[in-house]
Amino acid sequence: MDNENKPSAAARRQFLADTARMACGVGLLGLGVGLYARHAKALPPAAIRPPGALPETEFSAACIRCGLCVRDCPFDILHLAKPEEPMSTGTPYFVARQLPCEMCEDIPCVKACPTGALDHSLKDINKSKMGLAVLVDQETCLNFLGLRCDICYRVCPVIDKAITLDRQVNVRTGRHTHFIPVVHSDHCTGCGKCEKACPTEVASIKVFPLYMAKGQLSSHYRLGWVEKEKAGGSLVAPDVEHRYNMPEGMKYESGKGLSPSAPADAAPGSAPGSTSGLPRAFQGGKL
Amino acid sequence: MNATLKTSATRPGVEAIAAKGWLAAHKWLFLRRSSQVGILLLFLVGPWFGIWIVKGNLNFSYTLNFLPLTDPYVILQSLLARQVPEKLALIGVTIVVLFYLLVGGRAYCSWVCPVNLLTDFAYWLRVRLGLKGSAHISRPTRYWMLGMTLVAAAVTGSIAWEMVNPVSMMHRGLIFGLGLAWAVLLAVFLFDLFVMRHGWCGHLCPVGAFYSLIGRYTLTRIKLPAREACNDCMDCFAVCPEPQVIRPALKAIDGTPPLILEANCTNCGRCIDVCSKDVFAFGTRFNKVVNSVEPVTGVPQAAPK
Repeated sequence: MDNENKPSAAARRQFLADTARMACGVGLLGLGVGLYARHAKALPPAAIRPPGALPETEFSAACIRCGLCVRDCPFDILHLAKPEEPMSTGTPYFVARQLPCEMCEDIPCVKACPTGALDHSLKDINKSKMGLAVLVDQETCLNFLGLRCDICYRVCPVIDKAITLDRQVNVRTGRHTHFIPVVHSDHCTGCGKCEKACPTEVASIKVFPLYMAKGQLSSHYRLGWVEKEKAGGSLVAPDVEHRYNMPEGMKYESGKGLSPSAPADAAPGSAPGSTSGLPRAFQGGKL
Repeated sequence: MNATLKTSATRPGVEAIAAKGWLAAHKWLFLRRSSQVGILLLFLVGPWFGIWIVKGNLNFSYTLNFLPLTDPYVILQSLLARQVPEKLALIGVTIVVLFYLLVGGRAYCSWVCPVNLLTDFAYWLRVRLGLKGSAHISRPTRYWMLGMTLVAAAVTGSIAWEMVNPVSMMHRGLIFGLGLAWAVLLAVFLFDLFVMRHGWCGHLCPVGAFYSLIGRYTLTRIKLPAREACNDCMDCFAVCPEPQVIRPALKAIDGTPPLILEANCTNCGRCIDVCSKDVFAFGTRFNKVVNSVEPVTGVPQAAPK
């Protein structure tokens, strides 16, 4: 305006101002979108991805939100996330307590996925890892209370592998057995049937996304017994046989306790078979 | 809905209706609305009536379990987020890119995209209510938007734009359930109505910006076989959602041939409808290409009211 005699300078200034405005505006929007996307990368605990879903960080890059998996699910358990739901808009999930995965043998949802966000190399539904069942509340689990509810164990499609009933003494009554449901992560597919079927008002066993349900040992941890088996023998120097300093004429055997030395190697002077001088506790370990 | 326009002599298209009759003056508009609504219905008869012709949405669809169609823009974002899709999606991309190379890149915007129904309605209402004034954002902003979405995909390692993209939100929402997406769509509608003329589709939408890149090499283009007959009624400028694309070809600026090669022409055909002198027609990019001057992007020019 003031530079009417220098239109090119004014035009340049205008151009720079426009460009800066545009870049700032779009940049701010981009920042918002980026933060929103970051924020939504962690899957909420109740949302379980369909079988074969890539790990969440890769899934949000591979899933193009087309909904083909939703369409090809014969049991209509899958939904696409709506914008207000706390995960990537338009991505598929199911809620186990509402409708669990029926674990179709031909896995139609995975076949339908055009991008491989649901991994096509998954051929055996029993190998899927949608999530992991966790017995979240021992205070409300009926089996923990001493009943034979067993429903989670019975409905499990991988019965006796994914959930086993481990017997423990019911200390409260002193004469009954607790049948404790124990989930095994190497067999649990995370289908959510147990959560759906759990009869308590709020499910006592729940399926969570793996990142929530699973712990992890530090990478330097080694399990001695596993390493021993792998190596075919102890990896440390073999134990030196323990030597006891016994009173004269006595010997010690594991599980039996102290006993007089056998006559053959008995010290001279001791009466063979004589145990009268010993306390009861040392007599064969039987109390 | 544009039928009401003829009630006012100042509205564009009146001359054309007088010269060609109402039907001929709305031919492409009618076909275009049929296409937009028809495509939407093809997606909807599945969930509504259980007639599964097309499954999916505009990001990826599978027609009769035979024809895969993939949005190349979403796949580009996926690639930038370092994920390579399976073969089916890539076949779909190829088909879609070839298709839009034939019919016009931004034909996606005017013939397919459901948001266009919304923003066209906003523009129609804007004219009806006599709302003047418009915020100024230059048209190339959409390329910044496009760049931003691609950077966001690469930086976050996810298809970040899909979380807020009104285009897929609307289409997916109509088919799979809207949720709060209606609020986003209302915002786009109100923005176009009160804040900015042709705001979303004409200035900001990165999806349109992406398809305009295909539009640079598109076969089907608007030709102007009778530009000498132009009587400067300005009706074409008034109806065109990207009026800057018309002027060079119509006024032979810098020796531009009578052919609209601008990437942002959406091939909507509205200019053909409203011209009483039949200046415009659909043709190919090889119609009378004498000395093709192809600007890189639509340079913002004073768009006539």
